[in-house]
Amino acid sequence: MNVLTQIRRNDQPIYLDYQATTPMDPRVLEAMMPYFTHKFGNPHSRSHAYGWEAEEAVEKARSQIAKLIGADDKEVIFTSGATESNNLAIRGVAEFYRDRKNHIVTTVTEHKCVLDTCRHLEQQGFEVTYLPVQKNGLVDLDALRAAITDKTVVVSIMAVNNEIGVIQPLAEIGKICREKKTFFHTDAAQAVGKIPVDVEAMNIDLLSISGHKIYGPKGIGALYVRRKPRVRLVPLIVGGGQERGFRSGTLPTPLCVGLGEAAEIAMKEMVAEAKRLAKLQERMLKGLRDRLPEIYVNGDMEQRIPGNLNISFAYVEGESLMMGIKSLSVSSGSACTSASLEPSYVLRALGVDEELAHTSLRIGLGRFTTEQEVDTAVDELVRHVTKLREMSPLWEMAQAGVDLKSIEWAAH
Amino acid sequence: MAYSEKLIDHYENPRNIGSLDKDAGDVGTGLVGAPACGDVMKLQIKVGADGLIEDAKFKTFGCGSAIASSSLVTEWVKGKTIEEA
Repeated sequence: MNVLTQIRRNDQPIYLDYQATTPMDPRVLEAMMPYFTHKFGNPHSRSHAYGWEAEEAVEKARSQIAKLIGADDKEVIFTSGATESNNLAIRGVAEFYRDRKNHIVTTVTEHKCVLDTCRHLEQQGFEVTYLPVQKNGLVDLDALRAAITDKTVVVSIMAVNNEIGVIQPLAEIGKICREKKTFFHTDAAQAVGKIPVDVEAMNIDLLSISGHKIYGPKGIGALYVRRKPRVRLVPLIVGGGQERGFRSGTLPTPLCVGLGEAAEIAMKEMVAEAKRLAKLQERMLKGLRDRLPEIYVNGDMEQRIPGNLNISFAYVEGESLMMGIKSLSVSSGSACTSASLEPSYVLRALGVDEELAHTSLRIGLGRFTTEQEVDTAVDELVRHVTKLREMSPLWEMAQAGVDLKSIEWAAH
Repeated sequence: MAYSEKLIDHYENPRNIGSLDKDAGDVGTGLVGAPACGDVMKLQIKVGADGLIEDAKFKTFGCGSAIASSSLVTEWVKGKTIEEA
C-alpha cells in the first residue's frame, strides 16, 4: 500500500498510538473533497439542487453507517463525536425517564466523558453504580445482573476499552439488560469497524461512534438510537429539529460523507485487517518477550482487539521511557504524563500494582503500520528499556534477589 | 515534551551512573522515594580521609526530570565537604 508515502513525511516518528486517533484514509478524504468545494449546499435546503445533492450525500453516509452496525438508517443520528453521543445517550434517557427510573449502572473503566456524565447526573439526584472489573478488565456478568434494579434506566458499558483494548461480552450484557428491562448503551468508539457489532444480535439500544477512531475525520460521530422498541431521549442541543429532533444544527456534509465512507471501508476490510493486525501484534509482543524479561501485558489477551498492546516494563518508569524512544509515538499509563501524580485509573481498576502502572506504555497498531515499523519499534524499546534498567536502583535490587515488596520506602 | 536542552542532555548522557561498594567503610548510601509514587533514587558518595566527597554515583527509577536532577546532584557534590553538600 503506497498510501503510506501520501500520509506521512519521512521525518515524522513512527505512529503507534492508533487508539488516540487515526490518520484519515486517503479514500475517505477523496470522497469528502467535493463537499468542501463545489457541492457545498446545506443538506436541509429543500428548494434547490445544492441542497438536494448535499442531502443525498448525507443520507448515503447514514446508510453506510447503519449497515456497519446492523441498524436501520432511521436509527442513526449524526453528532460531533463520541463524547457528544455518550452525553446525549446517557443524559438523554436519564432525563426522559426520570419520573419512573433514577438509577444508572456503568463501569469504573469507562471513558472520562461517560464517567463525568454520570457524576454530573449524580449531582442532579440520580444514583449511579460504578461496577468494578476483573483483573483481565472484563466486567463480571453476575455482578452486573445483581446491580440492575427496576429503577435502572440504562446500563452503559463500553465495547472496547481505549487503554487496554479489551472487548466486553456485549451479547451477554445485552441479554441481561433485556431480561431486566433496562436500556443498554455502549460506547463503541474503539470497536466499530474493528470487531463485528450487530445491534440486533447484541440487544443494544444506544451506541456511540467516533469518526477519527476509524480513519475518518475528526469532529464527527454518530449515535444509534433504537426504534423498535422505541428509545426516547431528551436532546442536548435544540433548534431547528434536525436529526428527528434529537440533534439540531446544520449537518456538516463533508464530515458526514467522511464518516460514511470510513464506515463502508471498515466494513469491507474488517476481516482482512484484523488478521493483518493480529500478526503484527504477535510479532511485536514476541520481539519484546524474546529480548526483555519481566514485561507484562495488561488486560485479557484473548478478548482484545488486534492492534492494542498495553505493556508494563518492570523497573522502568514510563515517562522516562517515552522520552528515550524519540522515533516512536506511543502513550503511557504513567503519572508524569497526566496532570496528577496518579497512574491510569484503568490500570488501577485492573488491580495493577501502582509501581507497575508507572511503568506501562500503550502501543496501538493500525491500518498503515508496517512490519518494518514494528521491528524498528521493538529494537528501540529493547534498547531503551535495557539502558534504563541499568540506571534503575529497583532493577539492581531485584537482580540481587531483594524482595521489593518487603521494603519500607522513605517516601518524600 | 517541553524539557530544556540541559535536562535532555543529562537524560541522554547521565553522569556518574552506577554503584559504589556499599559495604566499604568510606561509602555512604541513601535510598529515597517509593515505586508507588514513581520515583526512587539511590545516591552513593565516597568520602575521603579529608572529609571531601571524592566520588558519587546514582541510580534512579523515575521520569526524565528525576533522572536529570539525580545526575546533576552527583556532579555538584564532588569535591565538597559533607556539610557543604
